[in-house]
Amino acid sequence: MVVTDKIGSIEFSIFSPELIKNLARVRVVTSDLYDADGYPVEGGVMDPRLGVIDPGLHCRTCSGGIGDCPGHFGYLELAKPIIHMLYTKTIYHLLKLTCRKCNRIMIKESREEVLDKIHLTSPSKCPFCKTKQKKITFAKPYAYYADKTELNPLDIRERFEKIPAKDLKRIGIRGGRPEWLILTLFPVPPVTIRPSITLEGGERSEDDLTHKLVDIVRINQSLKENIDIGAPEFILNDLWELVQYHISTYFDNELTGAPLARHRSGRALKGLVQRLKAKEGRIRGNLLGKRVNFSARTVISPDPTISINEVGVPEIVARELTVPVYVTKLNMKRVKDLFRAEKINYVIRPDGRRIKVTKENKRELMNSAVADWVVDRQLENGDIVLFNRQPSLHRISMMAHRIKIMPYRTFRIAPSVCPPYNADFDGDEMNLHVPQTVEARTEALLLMDVQNNIISPKFGGPIIGCDLDQISGLYLLTEKGYVLNREDASQLFASAGIDMELPDEKEFTGKELFSLLLPKGLNMEFKAQCCKSCDKCLKRDCKHDAWVLIKNGVVLKGRIDKKSVGAEKGRIINKLGRLYSKEEIRGFIDNSGRLGVAFLMRRGFSLGLSDLDLPEGVRKDIAEEIEKGIKESDTLIEKFRKNEMRILPGMTAKDSLEAQIMNALASGVSRVSDIVIENIKTNDIVHMYTSGAKGSVINTTQMAAVVGQETILGKRIKRGYLNRTLSHIKKGDLSPQSHGFVPRGFKHGLTPFGLFWNIMNGREGLMDKSLRTRKSGYMQRRLVNALQDLKVMHDGTVRNSVGEIIQFRAGEDGIDPSKSDWGKLEWREEVK
Amino acid sequence: MFKVLDHEMVPRHEILTSQEKKEVLERFNVDKEQLPKVLDSDPVVKETGAKIGDVMRIIRKSQTAGESVYYRVVVSG
Repeated sequence: MVVTDKIGSIEFSIFSPELIKNLARVRVVTSDLYDADGYPVEGGVMDPRLGVIDPGLHCRTCSGGIGDCPGHFGYLELAKPIIHMLYTKTIYHLLKLTCRKCNRIMIKESREEVLDKIHLTSPSKCPFCKTKQKKITFAKPYAYYADKTELNPLDIRERFEKIPAKDLKRIGIRGGRPEWLILTLFPVPPVTIRPSITLEGGERSEDDLTHKLVDIVRINQSLKENIDIGAPEFILNDLWELVQYHISTYFDNELTGAPLARHRSGRALKGLVQRLKAKEGRIRGNLLGKRVNFSARTVISPDPTISINEVGVPEIVARELTVPVYVTKLNMKRVKDLFRAEKINYVIRPDGRRIKVTKENKRELMNSAVADWVVDRQLENGDIVLFNRQPSLHRISMMAHRIKIMPYRTFRIAPSVCPPYNADFDGDEMNLHVPQTVEARTEALLLMDVQNNIISPKFGGPIIGCDLDQISGLYLLTEKGYVLNREDASQLFASAGIDMELPDEKEFTGKELFSLLLPKGLNMEFKAQCCKSCDKCLKRDCKHDAWVLIKNGVVLKGRIDKKSVGAEKGRIINKLGRLYSKEEIRGFIDNSGRLGVAFLMRRGFSLGLSDLDLPEGVRKDIAEEIEKGIKESDTLIEKFRKNEMRILPGMTAKDSLEAQIMNALASGVSRVSDIVIENIKTNDIVHMYTSGAKGSVINTTQMAAVVGQETILGKRIKRGYLNRTLSHIKKGDLSPQSHGFVPRGFKHGLTPFGLFWNIMNGREGLMDKSLRTRKSGYMQRRLVNALQDLKVMHDGTVRNSVGEIIQFRAGEDGIDPSKSDWGKLEWREEVK
Repeated sequence: MFKVLDHEMVPRHEILTSQEKKEVLERFNVDKEQLPKVLDSDPVVKETGAKIGDVMRIIRKSQTAGESVYYRVVVSG
């Protein structure tokens, strides 16, 4: 039944004792659960009238079976009133506000105030009967004092009963009486919310709440008996306190001030609050997120030979996961073939019976299979699945792939789809989900397929492209003047797995080979990554071959590197992604990546210590530059000591010194960097950073020449001992070497100090990374929650769910970043 | 006397005529309640002398669009 009425309003209020009694079907009188024969005791907390939890039985109250009977409440008469610990704050405020004599709310009728504000006041004299008030204090978890004498729940309840209704209304208490905050009747929840489980061997294990209820009933019972026999006051008080403790921990077992209620095994019992609260609680754990079926999770590893829209699935996984197939006359043959191949895990008959297919019954099931049956078929190559890596920060953290069944136990993905998932292979695991309906599969295919998500919605460029060796390979292949003969070229294409007829030529340049992957009619012109940023750009006549010119799908000039095919920056991929079919662009990414790697395998690619060698003379120059930087710092320190140093605006003398030293050393290091880059032999390290595959000029300088200044929180290293960083250094030493400057390179080896500075910096980086991801994750979560129902309307305005305008033009410029080129509209190029 | 509107970080504010106001509401097909709000206790509102119910045009510098136009209706508060 679908209810379409709107809910007008909801009011939350407290149960009155009367209501508790009226809702209840059972009056609980005994703490016994089962009798000697194992049947639940009537009047116990497992009374059969409280609902059913055993399959096959029917409810004694509503005669419904499991699933039909929602369960029924019982009630327990408390021997003495008990404070409801979830309302201790409210009780406290009410005590402070009501007169101890006339029981009125001690606020003049004329004053209109908000409840929250009134809570802060506690008048010392009643404005009505002029009685002087005692000071009310509250001691966690549930004790109240008037001056020094304790108020017991009975006293409090009596006081609350006398508060006039019209006074309550004034301070915003509606729909209930304050004395209901102190329990006289205790609701015993249905067994359905605290089911017991039967262990093998027929032994029953009760829910935590049931244990707690037994405690409550038992102590309450003994309190009642003690009252009846007229036991001394102190015994009664002890028992009363015990009932209070049990009821309080039944609600919340993480009370401050009260010891944890424990299970016999020593495990803390779960209170009602613990059921709802936090990550694994009912709200976050069961309502906002659920466990799912038809899913798999395992470690991922790379496979550069599969396509970006494929995922390698281990055979073990593929045999377990299923897709329902609706048996018809038309597919009967296929279904029978599946039965024969043992590719069916379950059959579901029209009556809803689900039968597991085994070796023994497969024959029989196959022969009786008719239309209207549904069979659960194992995954096959080409099935559509959803693939996901947490944290799912954006929509491309979950995309649709086609599966390819493979041996071993890991999911295999193309390295090119790592960026959208932010995945690497150092042990990352990913999840796989199998859509179960035709609609779900179609939707996944249309919206979530990898090839439809190459252009990132957040910055208007491809997020999938070549990386690392793929780029290095293409960069080296498309070097100016690199030629392969026909045999080598076909070898290369074959080893890259590119099925393509080579044109009728004797020789091919690298650029020509790469061009074969490009579609006819592609025209482009742009600066490559390897651009040296010369003072005067010669454009097409670039000496470094860093100006890419593509005409009619042929690379005429320029080397292919990160700017052409890389993820996030690849111009060619971007253009293909927008102007050509998705199949074409997928093919291009697959083929170019494989071509790059295949070429690199052919050519060989390695680096060693000698790649960082610099000529003797150059090493001297470098040492001089470093020395110069240190000298400069020393003179600055000297000037600082003599109070002659230039003080920078907005800084203390000490700060200016620090800033100037950092500057002097940094410019020294950057001069060294220039020298290194100029003098290093062109080798594979250089290829990697010029093509943008990996590494940078700074990395190279640090290896070959000088590591430079290590920092903590962006400053020179200052921490350690009193006025010095390490006990080997004189107090008050300000020199670069004693504050984190590392004057040597990794290849030559660091001094002990240098190593220490480097480690300090490294540790900071590590700490920072984990802290930053946590912080930014939470920030993003808050942003997403705040912005989730904003929408760009057809008129370009941004509105919320009730139609209020948030922005008059989306992003102020009205540009959809997913349809822009890196946030801009590059219409000029298209018009030309 | 210092004027808020003279400050570099405060964008240009204009009070719309009733004709302009009608045009804006028509252009975006909204009621006045759906426009973004500005309190009449806001220093800029006090300075320009806008009344409750008036609509202000705010012309801001924008990183993405160079200049962007925004509208706010003055409400009490």
